[in-house]
Amino acid sequence: MKNNRVALFITCLVDLFRPTVGFASIKLLEEAGCEVVVPRQQTCCGQPAYNTGDRADTISIAKQVIVEFEDYDYIIVPSGSCAGMISKHYPALFSQDSNWLDRANRLSKKTYELISFLTDIMGVDSVDSEFQGTVTYHDACSGLRELSIHDQPRRLLSSIDGLHLRELDDANVCCGFGGTFCVKYADISNRMVETKAEQVIATGADTLLAGDLGCLLNMAGKLQRDGVELNVRHVAEVLAGMADKPAIGVPSKD
Amino acid sequence: MTESIPSQFKENAVRQLADEDLRQALTKSKGHFTGGRQKSIDNLPEFEELRDKARDIKNHTIENLDFYLEAYEKKVLSSGGHVHWASTAKDAQEIVLNICQTVGATSVNKGKSMIGEECDINEALEAAGINAVETDLGEYIIQIRNERPSHIIAPAVHLTKAQVEESFRETHTHLDPERVLDEPPTLLEEARKVLRKKYFEAEVGITGANFLVAETGSSIIVTNEGNGDLSQLLPRVHIVLASIEKVVPNLEDASTLLRVLARSATGQEFSVYTTISTGPRRDEDLDGPEEYHVILLDNGRTSMLGTEFQDMLRCIRCGACMNHCPVYQSVGGHAYGWVYPGPMGAVLSPGLLGVDEAGHLPNASTFCGRCEEVCPVHIPLPKMMRHWREREFERHLTPNAYRKGIQLWSFIALRPNLYKRLTSFHIRILGWIGRRRGRFSSLPMAKGWTKYRDLPAPEGKTFQKQWSERS
Repeated sequence: MKNNRVALFITCLVDLFRPTVGFASIKLLEEAGCEVVVPRQQTCCGQPAYNTGDRADTISIAKQVIVEFEDYDYIIVPSGSCAGMISKHYPALFSQDSNWLDRANRLSKKTYELISFLTDIMGVDSVDSEFQGTVTYHDACSGLRELSIHDQPRRLLSSIDGLHLRELDDANVCCGFGGTFCVKYADISNRMVETKAEQVIATGADTLLAGDLGCLLNMAGKLQRDGVELNVRHVAEVLAGMADKPAIGVPSKD
Repeated sequence: MTESIPSQFKENAVRQLADEDLRQALTKSKGHFTGGRQKSIDNLPEFEELRDKARDIKNHTIENLDFYLEAYEKKVLSSGGHVHWASTAKDAQEIVLNICQTVGATSVNKGKSMIGEECDINEALEAAGINAVETDLGEYIIQIRNERPSHIIAPAVHLTKAQVEESFRETHTHLDPERVLDEPPTLLEEARKVLRKKYFEAEVGITGANFLVAETGSSIIVTNEGNGDLSQLLPRVHIVLASIEKVVPNLEDASTLLRVLARSATGQEFSVYTTISTGPRRDEDLDGPEEYHVILLDNGRTSMLGTEFQDMLRCIRCGACMNHCPVYQSVGGHAYGWVYPGPMGAVLSPGLLGVDEAGHLPNASTFCGRCEEVCPVHIPLPKMMRHWREREFERHLTPNAYRKGIQLWSFIALRPNLYKRLTSFHIRILGWIGRRRGRFSSLPMAKGWTKYRDLPAPEGKTFQKQWSERS
């Protein structure tokens, strides 16, 4: 029996804005045979500081994550960009410090984005969920280009009865979120998300999915500002059969 | 000329975003470039291998730059040419003027050259009373419009056909108003007619160089119009304006780089013309210049050697990064405010101008990584943009509001208990206020966000709060 004690790195955005994604992640991981732990001393992976050029704070945050997560078999993240931060960028922070570099490298090797972990490591090739409708999928940049996540979510989505996937034009082009970019360069970000929204609408899908909450908040916010009735969800919600919850930015009925 | 500078990137971007012609022109060119590149590399199974090779060739050359530059210089001299070393753009201007004045030039033909742009050669020539004529169609168009190139290989890519037609009618006053000029071939024919005469009038031809070959002392240019050949062969004097990192060891290496260059740039297997020039005309040659000069420009490049920006010197100026950059495709090249736009400009411009002048450029990126993905020499552009942000942060050039905001967030992130206390309280309030509409159309602390989009409301309690209540 493999050791499948996985630590869920929840990510600050899911923690604060969309806990449903956290519960969906736990459900999917448990169904795949993992024992899921949510380490208590977790906050943020450090991307905001890292991408603002604040290396000292990034290093401190990375050390905190390494200490809290290094004892588990796997570290699973429901976000391509936060998973990429830990697995691709943490080692680069410690090139001058061999002790921390070793620890960062070890953590890096066992950190995975949720969906690709399910398919590539746990061998999941289908999910037992229901969904009625047409969805389209946006490939969030870090997951796609840093972690090669492309086929995995599509494969799992295709196993759901009643779900039709209609491909999005330029699905691999950035939605304009980019962390602090979307507020620092709001006008440019707007043009990018405007273009993305047009392409999403053109698919005729009723639901837009992606694997990164930052991008989802951006695209949902734009579609809703423009009065477009289209549900926006994290892909894990649909895979876990939790699409009965209100979509992102949609009020709950009760 | 409408001058825009890198420090005004934000203002430039807003102006460009409002330009409907620009939007139309960029939408049209985008698919042409990205689709063309994809098709051409799909047809070449060893493309990835070639990219690695191209990267290695450039790395090797840059690590031994002094050796290859000296070897190149020797070969140019032994083939009868002249080599001039220019530390700065100003030095390059003076050398060009000096050569032109020595031969009494009144008219100069220009092949397309970004180093020429970097050195403001046209302005320097005009100021000295010498007429400079751009012979590349795109360059010719922007010259008659008094603009700067907006792209390193497609200088007029920001213009629609209608805008070009309008400019032609304004400048080519001999045109019959009835004459149809609404298609590229007719525009080209018109430009050609005017330019043909000029080729024979010029005493000096200036071109850039895509590569300089140390083994043979040759300079190589690639063009699709043949204008480069006429510019450099017909006048009495040929000046090659090139930056020092253009040197490669030998012709074999140059051909490897040429194979990735055209595919990455325009999606062609090879450019229409690839011209190799070695020295001035020899006795047995039928044509060619009597004098052959090479100006080797540094202009800040050597200061990038040995730093985290050294990899940038691998760049072979194909333009693939900007063709695939969603920021460039939104604002166009002029927003960047200097010679080099897009991701390569966002890394190179701070290196050549200083990060205090060009600091916006490496910040205006979502780090989507598409530029690095398509770069034929694997330049880690996002990583280097981040290095520039680090330099800015160290020097307190990052705007104070962002600096303080990020430091406050980091302070909280480094104290998990404080984080949980603060977030479980504030998020619950925010979720409660937003529960009716599910989102906010304005929030005092999130104006940058809510200017253009709603902010989805938090679901309610934080995940960590809910989880701790369960277990």
